[in-house]
This record gives sequence, C-alpha cells and structure tokens, in this order.
Amino acid sequence: MTEFVMPTLGSDMTQGTLVEWKKKAGDRVTKGEIIAEVDTEKSAIEIESFYTGVIHQLITKPGETVPVGTVMAIIQEEGKPVGPGEAGTEATPVKESSPSPVREPVVSPPPKPGRLRISPAAKQLAAELRVDPSALKGTGPGGAIALEDVRAAAETPTKEPPTVSADRQARMRETIAAAMARSKREIPHYYLSATIDMGRAMTWLKEENLKRPVTDRLLYGVLLIKAVALALRQVPELNALWKESAAVQSPDIHVGVAVSLRQGGLVAPAIHHTDKQTLGELMMRFQDVVKRARAGTLRSSEFSDPTITVTSLGEQGVETVFGVIYPPQVALVGFGKVVERPWVVEGQVVSRPVVTASLSADHRVTDGHRGGVFLSTVDRLLQEPGEL
Amino acid sequence: MTKMTYREAVRAGLHEALENDPRVFLMGEDVGKYGGAYACSKGFLEEFGPERIRDTPLSESSFVGAGIGAALGGMRPIVEVMTVNFSLLALDQIVNNAATIRHMSGGQFSIPLVVRMATGAGRQVAAQHSHSLEGWYAHIPGITVLTPATVTDAKGMLLAALKDPDPVFIFEHAYLYPMEGEFDEGALPVDITRAAVRRPGKDVSLITFGGSLWKALQAAEALAGEGIHAEVVDLRVLRPLDQTTILASVKKTHRAVVIDEGWRTGSFAAEVIAQIMEGAFYDLDSPVARVCSVEVPIPYPKHLEDAALPQPEKIISTVRNLMG
Repeated sequence: MTEFVMPTLGSDMTQGTLVEWKKKAGDRVTKGEIIAEVDTEKSAIEIESFYTGVIHQLITKPGETVPVGTVMAIIQEEGKPVGPGEAGTEATPVKESSPSPVREPVVSPPPKPGRLRISPAAKQLAAELRVDPSALKGTGPGGAIALEDVRAAAETPTKEPPTVSADRQARMRETIAAAMARSKREIPHYYLSATIDMGRAMTWLKEENLKRPVTDRLLYGVLLIKAVALALRQVPELNALWKESAAVQSPDIHVGVAVSLRQGGLVAPAIHHTDKQTLGELMMRFQDVVKRARAGTLRSSEFSDPTITVTSLGEQGVETVFGVIYPPQVALVGFGKVVERPWVVEGQVVSRPVVTASLSADHRVTDGHRGGVFLSTVDRLLQEPGEL
Repeated sequence: MTKMTYREAVRAGLHEALENDPRVFLMGEDVGKYGGAYACSKGFLEEFGPERIRDTPLSESSFVGAGIGAALGGMRPIVEVMTVNFSLLALDQIVNNAATIRHMSGGQFSIPLVVRMATGAGRQVAAQHSHSLEGWYAHIPGITVLTPATVTDAKGMLLAALKDPDPVFIFEHAYLYPMEGEFDEGALPVDITRAAVRRPGKDVSLITFGGSLWKALQAAEALAGEGIHAEVVDLRVLRPLDQTTILASVKKTHRAVVIDEGWRTGSFAAEVIAQIMEGAFYDLDSPVARVCSVEVPIPYPKHLEDAALPQPEKIISTVRNLMG
C-alpha cells in the first residue's frame, strides 16, 4: 500500500484544502492522471497521481484543510502485494486542530459514477450556502438533487463551513509576501543585465509568421523563452533548486512563465521540457498555460516543477526587470520591452529593435561570471533565430 | 365587463376599425357575400359596400400582394387568409416583400398591413386545414406575430395592429371562435409587445399561447388540487418575443413546461426553451419540458386528432414528472 499525501505545490505551500476527489475507492488510477482538486492559497489545482494502481481508501474529505504531507488516500500500487493488516490503516496524521468542517452525511451515499446529478439552481444555491452537494440525497426528477434538498441541508445546523475560495486574493498576497520575504532574507541576489539586438529575431519572426496560418503565429516572447531554455543547457548551474544547504541541478529544463492574474497576484507555471519543444509547440503550451492560470485550472506539476522563472514586463513598457528569485529556484530571467534604439553596427549608428535581458541569480550557487556567460549565450542564440 | 364570443370580439374589432378609419378595408376569400369563413365579417358587405369589403379570387399570393401594394399606397388593408395552411402560397409576398421593404428602401417605405388568419386543429377538418404554422412566421424579422387567445385580445390586438406602421400577422385559433369570455374594456389599448401572466403560481411555469392557453389553464386548475401551483404565461406575441416576462416567471418557479400546438421538432417551443437556457439556466431546478403536437399530419378521426394534440392530461403528467 502506498500513501497518497497532500503534495507541496511550491515551497511556500504549507497546507491545502481538498475541493473534490476525481476518483473513488476502487477506481484505477494511472501515474499522471488527475486524482483530486485541491485549493491552495494561489488557486484551485488538479492533483496528478504519482502512482499507478487502485485506490484503496479515500481519507481526506472534500472541504478539509490538511497540512502538506498528510495522507489523503491509500493506493494499492500495481505489482505490489497487499500488506497484511495494512488495510484500514489508522496512520493518518490529520491534525486534531485541522477543521473538519463538512457536515457528515447521515447515510453515506453510494458514490455515483460520473457527474453529480444536481439541478443548476440547486448547484448555485449549494455554492451560496456552502452546502456540499455530494453529501446530499436527491429528491428531484430521476433522483437529482433539487433546490429543496439543498435548502433542507442548509437548515440543518452545521459546523462552520469551509471558506475554500473566500479571500483568495488576500491569501495569494500573503503567499507572495511570504515567498518574496524569504527569498530576500535567504538568497543573496546578484543582478546582471545585457541589451540584446533583436533585429534578426524580429525579421525572422515576421517572415516565419507569414508562412503560418493566423492561428499558429508566434509571439516574440516564445523566442525569448526558448533561448533561455537552450542557454540553460550551457549553464546548467542556473537550472537548479536549493535543497537545505546546496543547490541540486535539475536534469530537465522546465521554465516557469510568470503570468499576472487579472484580479491581482501572479503565478509562474512550468512549461515542461521547454528546451525540447519546437517554437510552435511552445506557443501552444504558453497560450494554454496562460489561459488555465487565469481560469484557475493549473495542474499540480505545473506549480511544483519550474526549475527557473522567466518574467516579461515589456507589455507594461518596462525596459529592465530586477526580479526576485522564487525559492527554491536559484535564478530568474527578466525581459523588458522590445524598443527601437540607436545601435552601432560596423561603425554606423542605425536604429535597431533591442531588448534588455536581466538575470537575478543566487550568489550561493553561481557567480557573476557564469551569469554573464548565460546572458551572452541567450544573446548569441537570439542572433540565430532559425535555430531556436 | 361584457360577455361575448371570440368571433364577436374579432367582428367588433373589424367593425370599429372600418367605422373609424376610411383607409381601412377588408379583403380575402369569402369575406363579402359569405360573411367570412368564420363569420367574422357577416353583414359588412351590406354595411360598408363592395369597395371596402372585397371578395378575392382563390389566390393567396395575389391578394396578399395586393394588400402590400395598398399599404404602400397609404391604405390600411386588413387581409384575411382563410387558414394558415393556405398562407404558404403567399409566403413569397410575405417574406420577400412585406418583411423587407422598409429595410430595402432604407426606411423610406413602410407596409402598414394587417393579415389575419385562422390556425390550429381540434375541429375534425383534417390535415390540410389543421396545422399550426405560426411558429414559422415568428422566424421572420420585419413582421410582428400575434396570437390572441382571449376575447379582449381578439379585438384589442387587432386595433393595436392597425396602429403599427409595419406588417402585423394575427393568428386566430379556429377552435376559439365560438368560445365565450369576458370582454375587459379596461385592458385596452392592448400592448402588443408584452406577454401576460394569466394565472400566478410558484411551482412551475406553463408557457403557451393561442388555443393551448385554455388547456394550460385547465391543467393548472387540476394541478392546484394536488398542491402544485402552476403559473400560466400567455406569450400573446411570438415576435418580438417578450423574454422579460418569460425569464421572470422561470426565475420565480424554477421549472418550465412550454405548450405549443406546433410540431415538436423545430417548434416555437424549442425557441422559448433556448431562450430560457440562455437567460435562466442557473435558476432551473429541473429540465425544461415541452408538450407539442405529435409529428404527424393532423388526423381526421376524433380520437386520433385528440391524441395528436397537446391535452391537459399530457400537461399534467409532464409537470408531475418535473416535480420529482
């Protein structure tokens, strides 16, 4: 038997609230499949299973908030024997203090396959009254949960309901505050910047986009992300995570892209294996991840996997970014706006589009020399856009 | 309040219009000597003369077209098409001329035309005289489509239609002509942009129009005996549809059944349901249902005709299913 625990979705996460199980006891799960939806300070996230097997028991109930590392479910892993006496284990370190806010259903209803049968009005009311509809017995047509069922449940006295999504904005601010304070407290930052000639890249992009259908056109930001990913192959020390007292280089390059959210705050989900994607693939992944970040449907791995962060504030007209590293990462790359500037080419002053790339790096891990090599590699790569 | 039949109300409306406005004239098959297929213009030929009460050849396309021309020329024609079943011959005039001329002339011309026709089944006159096609007309932008179901509306909507600068089509359910009701003088003039709640209720909205209104009211009465309080909404105007009244009712009751004598597939009921989905999805506590005609040419034998049409029993059982 394997324990499925509340994963950490970023170093700043200390606890999570189970929104719903996507599986029930007895269901098969494969590694990477969505098993639960968890609400964190940042957003609701779909959690992927780390194991392949059969769900033996679901321990955490929807609405419960549990610390990271708490056993949420027991999975019988494929190919592993059922340990004697393991079934029904009581080894659940759910803290006494953690609230168990959801009303216990009097009769545990048999889990139904697929979606909950509930009328739209009842669903809406349940959300307003903070009633967990999965615990209700429907009396509407075909056994659907109707308004009356939700009203009846709401009238039954319950403990304080969970505030799953309340004040998410305030909590996100707190989370960012904690992570950034920790970063500035613990990480000795050094900053480098380089102005990069984007003439070739922009010309190439223009021609490339003419060949592409309108829906597949590339943004220059994708070239920057790809250049960063490829430069990290040359300077792998920057593609690392700080663990306790040393940096551990990551074998894979997962660039986290900073996405600002309309309601305020930001997230930086990973585009996995950034260096191995074509520009077209990267563009698709980028658009997808931005869309889902704003919709609050990012996956757990996208939160926990970035090995470096890229942030671009060019849209706001910013020319240079002096970024704060997102721990446990050890570097952050910032890009400003692409602007036309006088530029000297072969002794002549010409007008060229240029961008300022900046690096914030952890001085415990790298020195300015390696950081400089990294930025000049990004520059070099952007002079050969066709190779990206 | 005075008691009168629906037929008398239509006749009173026509009479008042002819008396008050010299531009008004009546035209159609058998409206003169015969007094109208449903006797709505009985005695008019003698009273108003052949200039204003005109019998036409059996050619819907030509006399509807002539009505359009007369309206363009400043008259206020009231064209009677004997039944909606025959109006299909005039569809080209209606869709391509009546409904478009204001648009195509950049607003320079309008067609103040009123076309009345009988619709609906229930009198054992078989398929070619029994269909309910008013939902088709409701598809056409540029015209107004009215379905008076009460004696007050039978007269009041006609008078309101004559004041409209654009084409108005009035569908009178043939089953209603002999029906007697209270004429409510206080309800005039009739607002031909709004639906009417005919019976308030809190549990389910029965949304209907025309001849089906009375079946819905019967069903609501029976349901009240079971403790189910149905609200009955009479749409009255199929185009432009009064979405406000529909949505307000559904938001109150959280359930809706649409009753429409048209065939189920592509019915006007389907449009009403689509608008409920668009505007009140999160207020629904059960799927929206409809009671429509069975998809057959309306049969002649009484038992089969009854079985093909929406009936109070069918409405009642549909509502019961929605209540869980």
